[in-house]
Amino acid sequence: MSMLAQFLQFLFSGVTVGATYALAALGFTLIYNASNVINFAQGEFIMLGGMLAVFFVQSGLPLPAALVLAILVPAVVGILIEKLAIEPVKGAETVTLIIITIGASLVIRGLTAVIFGKGTHSLPAFSGDEPIQILGATLMPQSLWVLGVTAIVVVVLWYFFNRTLTGKAMLATSYNRVAAELVGINTNGVLFMSFAMSAALGALGGILVTPITLTSYDAGIMMGLKGFVAAVLGGLGNGLGAVVGGLLVGILEAMGAGYLSSAYKDAIPFVLILFILFFMPRGLFGARVTDRV
Amino acid sequence: MRNRAYNGLYVVIAILVVLPFVLPNSFYLDLAIRMAINAVIVLGLNLLIGFAGQISLGHAGFLGIGAYASAVLPTHFGWHPVLAMVAGAVATGVLAALVARPIFKLKGNYLAMATLGLGIILSIALRNEAQWTGGPDGMPVPAFGVFGFELSSDKHWYWVVAILLSVSVWASLNLIDSPFGRALRALHGSEVASRVVGVDVVRYKVSIFVLSAVFASLMGSITAHYVGFVTPNLADFFHSIELVTMVVIGGMASVYGSLVGAVLLTALPQALATFEGWETVVFGAILMICMIFLPKGLVPTLAAKFGKGE
Repeated sequence: MSMLAQFLQFLFSGVTVGATYALAALGFTLIYNASNVINFAQGEFIMLGGMLAVFFVQSGLPLPAALVLAILVPAVVGILIEKLAIEPVKGAETVTLIIITIGASLVIRGLTAVIFGKGTHSLPAFSGDEPIQILGATLMPQSLWVLGVTAIVVVVLWYFFNRTLTGKAMLATSYNRVAAELVGINTNGVLFMSFAMSAALGALGGILVTPITLTSYDAGIMMGLKGFVAAVLGGLGNGLGAVVGGLLVGILEAMGAGYLSSAYKDAIPFVLILFILFFMPRGLFGARVTDRV
Repeated sequence: MRNRAYNGLYVVIAILVVLPFVLPNSFYLDLAIRMAINAVIVLGLNLLIGFAGQISLGHAGFLGIGAYASAVLPTHFGWHPVLAMVAGAVATGVLAALVARPIFKLKGNYLAMATLGLGIILSIALRNEAQWTGGPDGMPVPAFGVFGFELSSDKHWYWVVAILLSVSVWASLNLIDSPFGRALRALHGSEVASRVVGVDVVRYKVSIFVLSAVFASLMGSITAHYVGFVTPNLADFFHSIELVTMVVIGGMASVYGSLVGAVLLTALPQALATFEGWETVVFGAILMICMIFLPKGLVPTLAAKFGKGE
């Protein structure tokens, strides 16, 4: 394999995984903007999407119906978490909120293990396994699905936040909750929406990537943490930053695993984020904020 | 206030002295030892989280350094266990100090990210460097001895950790009441205000971070020698979370809360073993319920309820 082909190969796999990280990072961003909560259960939505898709397909549902259900169920789970565990403790300390979402992730992971078992599952690729040859590198059709759907999601989200009243209300809440409440925005509704949306985004990413990476009850842990890295890398709360951060983390991870050490593949995003935070304490595109005294 | 705080210490010592004579069998003695070890780690972590208001989601990484220093250095290089333990603590201290300066310019969730990242890198390294660490399977740890006296029975270990715990409680109580402790609490209250009155905020945060990391490393060494075996699970993300949970469930900024948190969360997995397969679900649900209904933790909530603050 030529050097170019090898590079392209790493790039393809990096961009594909990176798109999933980007979706996860967008999920972190949505919830963070609505509530200042880092949702450590985000990775479980990714896992849940993949596992449920496998389950619904195996139980004989047609693929499109299975996929829609595998997005809707995690969205409902997200709403439940928000209603039962986040809304009652509004304004609690960061550590308390972190532990609540970690508790939620344990419950989801544990229930999945009890219901579906601890085995590894796979989903058939949406449009076959015939690889596409590009300059000596191979690209799986599923990667195109991941990238295409992620691109569509990003465009739809952009439209939602810039051109619809609900989207603008959510943005307004993230800038200043009290001011948003004063102009009549239902900020609890915004919180509700953002949990549903970010769970759905995570699940979507999980479904798309499962034919490539397989899934199991514990697949969400690393996925979620890397999504968090991506969100912080882009600057917490910045939607565009989350997408760029996700792609960057995916690409650098794939390059690092390919050229440096595959054993340390999972460490690469964390080394990267430490370096970025040392020199840019608010990530690549994070807003400068001054604390009010 | 001072005297009342010390009353608690006497109660702790009394319980520690009586405990080995009332525990029915070695299973409970083992549980008590592990509770005491966790309690010392949690005391250190609570100084950081509860009193200084900083988050660390990577403390198990430091614990791992201590544990593996005590396993690797005597096994592969023939170091004396005491020397290995000290080397581990020094290495942890140096590493914590090196990363602390840039890390503590960060706040809240960024700080959580940085400490989490550090912990994960350490645990991945322990898993990967199999020629030294035994990889995911772990490795045995030689026995611990000083001056020809070998700590072998659980009874010996019990008294060692009981003394360590008593000293740690005493030291924590003193530290909190010292100028250092007051500065820590001030910067938890308001960083800007404490800077205005002359507190070197970053220096205090770094010192407490290093101190709690060294606590964790030393107790990691103790754990390694006591159990006689180390695995990378000691250093992984989940263990970091367990430690933070002990702090928060017991009660942030509460010395006795740390003890209660450590005791409860060390016992919990044993109690949950009967739920076969449902342990994770029940553990997660308990975490959520505790935090939703007792966001300040058990001890401060109960203390407020019965009208006698610490």
